[in-house]
Amino acid sequence: MAEIAEAAQPLLERATADELKHYYYQMLLLRRFEERAGEMYVKAKIGGYCHLNLGEEATIVGLMAALTPDDYIFTNYREHGYIIARGVPPGPVMAELFGKETGVSGGRGGSMHLFDRKTNFMGGYAIVGGQVPLAVGAAYALRYQGKPGVVIAQMGDGTTNIGAFYESLNLAKIWKCPVLFFIVNNGYGMGTSVEAGSSEPDLWKKGASFRVYGERVDGTDVLAVRDVVRRLRARAEAEGEPAIIDAVSFRFRGHSVIDADRYRDPEMVRRGRELYDPIRKFSTLLLDHGVVDDAWLKSVADRVEREVQEAIDFANNSPDPKFEDLYKYMYATPVPNTPTAEDAIRAVKINHGEF
Amino acid sequence: MPVITYRQALNDTLGEELARDPNVFLMGEEIGVFQGSYRVTEGLLAEFGPKRVVDTPIAEEGFVGVAIGAAMLGLRPVVEIMTINFILVAIDQIVNHASKIHYMFGGQVSVPLVIRTPSGGTGQLAATHSQSFENWFAYCPGLKVVAPATPYDAKGLLRAAIRDDDPVIFIESLALYDTKGEVPEDDDYVVPIGVAEVKRQGTDVTVVSYSRMTAVALQVAQRMEQEGISVEVVDLRSLRPLDRPTIIESVKKTNRAVVIAEDWYSYGVTAEIAATIQEEAFDYLDAPVQRVAGLEVPLPYAKELSAASKPNANSLIYAIRQVMRGTKRLR
Repeated sequence: MAEIAEAAQPLLERATADELKHYYYQMLLLRRFEERAGEMYVKAKIGGYCHLNLGEEATIVGLMAALTPDDYIFTNYREHGYIIARGVPPGPVMAELFGKETGVSGGRGGSMHLFDRKTNFMGGYAIVGGQVPLAVGAAYALRYQGKPGVVIAQMGDGTTNIGAFYESLNLAKIWKCPVLFFIVNNGYGMGTSVEAGSSEPDLWKKGASFRVYGERVDGTDVLAVRDVVRRLRARAEAEGEPAIIDAVSFRFRGHSVIDADRYRDPEMVRRGRELYDPIRKFSTLLLDHGVVDDAWLKSVADRVEREVQEAIDFANNSPDPKFEDLYKYMYATPVPNTPTAEDAIRAVKINHGEF
Repeated sequence: MPVITYRQALNDTLGEELARDPNVFLMGEEIGVFQGSYRVTEGLLAEFGPKRVVDTPIAEEGFVGVAIGAAMLGLRPVVEIMTINFILVAIDQIVNHASKIHYMFGGQVSVPLVIRTPSGGTGQLAATHSQSFENWFAYCPGLKVVAPATPYDAKGLLRAAIRDDDPVIFIESLALYDTKGEVPEDDDYVVPIGVAEVKRQGTDVTVVSYSRMTAVALQVAQRMEQEGISVEVVDLRSLRPLDRPTIIESVKKTNRAVVIAEDWYSYGVTAEIAATIQEEAFDYLDAPVQRVAGLEVPLPYAKELSAASKPNANSLIYAIRQVMRGTKRLR
């Protein structure tokens, strides 16, 4: 019932005009960042795999709006938007995608492995399910140390079919870990639909046998997402009560930039992008309520365009990591008999045919 | 100097580190109420309470992942995996996560985690409970892997591992838990990770070993002395990083080398050591390097078959005699 009460409130009682405008700005920033990242991938500025958050902007911005600086976030590999919405400037994020020293992970991680210590953004993880026990562990540490905050274990719908998810639900419950299992349910794990892969397609129910409460939310509604996270976050922090949030959205494109999306009906995808575009929905809402006008929307679009271009310029103009730093981050505690900068330089010279 | 068992050295060290640092805590199956499947954690729950000595359900992937996540926030978990065979259930968390996190995220966060586990076979534990997988982890950059052979090294290396900011796989041995050795009291020594030790000086042949096989090598070295063969025993102590200089220095002195390990022959630890010697001391060798390792079968249960499949003193003596003659390995 709580969610119905939340939704029935007048818009400007749910958020101030400034907050609403900020959510819109953030969502548009993520949209343009991802569209331009897709372009940069096609231009081979970005290597490896590249998974975009298109269509998930309200899910991400709503989540981040509900969190506090004490909170920690672990995500999967589709995470560009999360780190930006958490407060990391787009420049170092784009630089990481470009593999530059100025990137958020020093160019060592790439698109799937973004990290930012200052904002407790604890990493993008690219082995499906791997981040979930880690997030429970972080929540375990908060409880152990008596610190405030909760931990977000973000994952895709496909992750709810892997064993690590279930072990994590069990451990989080028996150890009273303040963690939210945040499922970004866009209906497809690569080319496998939720219904084909999960005997229980209502993913929010999957904690039932662990006595972990779950709730579904419209992931294209930024305020709905924010409010459910706020509510379950407060309970997790106060009572050590984990919960599942099943945020349903619509994937705009294929699984990754290189996925041609042939397994989904093109007409269905076209209609889905119209019906479930969180940004279009939100701009209509703001216009209808007189919170913004067309001129303001245009000014935000211009600002976002400029900021994403600046991020690309920053990434382009940043230096590559140095060869002599190949082993720099090998160990946190140095020990004897490990390779040195000289070893790195020697090996790289041979690799380059310089002998 | 007091003489204590390997098990007691581990138990004492865990207790001392729990007392020293409130961020250290133990986690594992049956380590608390049950007092440890092999009694390594005996008495610690009573002394430190359930916050510091945490019994886990049977969910290795889950609780190893929890330990890694907790370590990322500054705790120093010491996880017991009942035997190394069960570690395979958690290998994604160790290999794809713990070993990568510091490097992959540009040094912004470390994983000060220790995973203790006994490796190798004893008794008739059969195919799924007698394996040696330390080489799987030693293969992986980002991990540190140690395998002490004596109570002294067990204590010093466990201290080093717990105080280290990187993930350390700490290899124990069921057959070593009751072995005894001198361990100083009131001495906060550490044995550095990544440094081997010449456990016995010799002039004719170098035996390279670690963990239980070092104990075997030291016994054999005594026997060989009666045959007039002077055996030098290099105890690796750490498998990653590997102390190649100590191995090479010894082989350059003795000109002969035998490598012994309990794991399987092909692709095992002995292969890495033999390759190192070939690369760095080829001109000093008077005979091909001999390797002694487990026979390549799923370890059978039957008592005699089981014992015959594992390397022992006889197989080492045979290899030493072969290397002294300069003959090639017989299959």
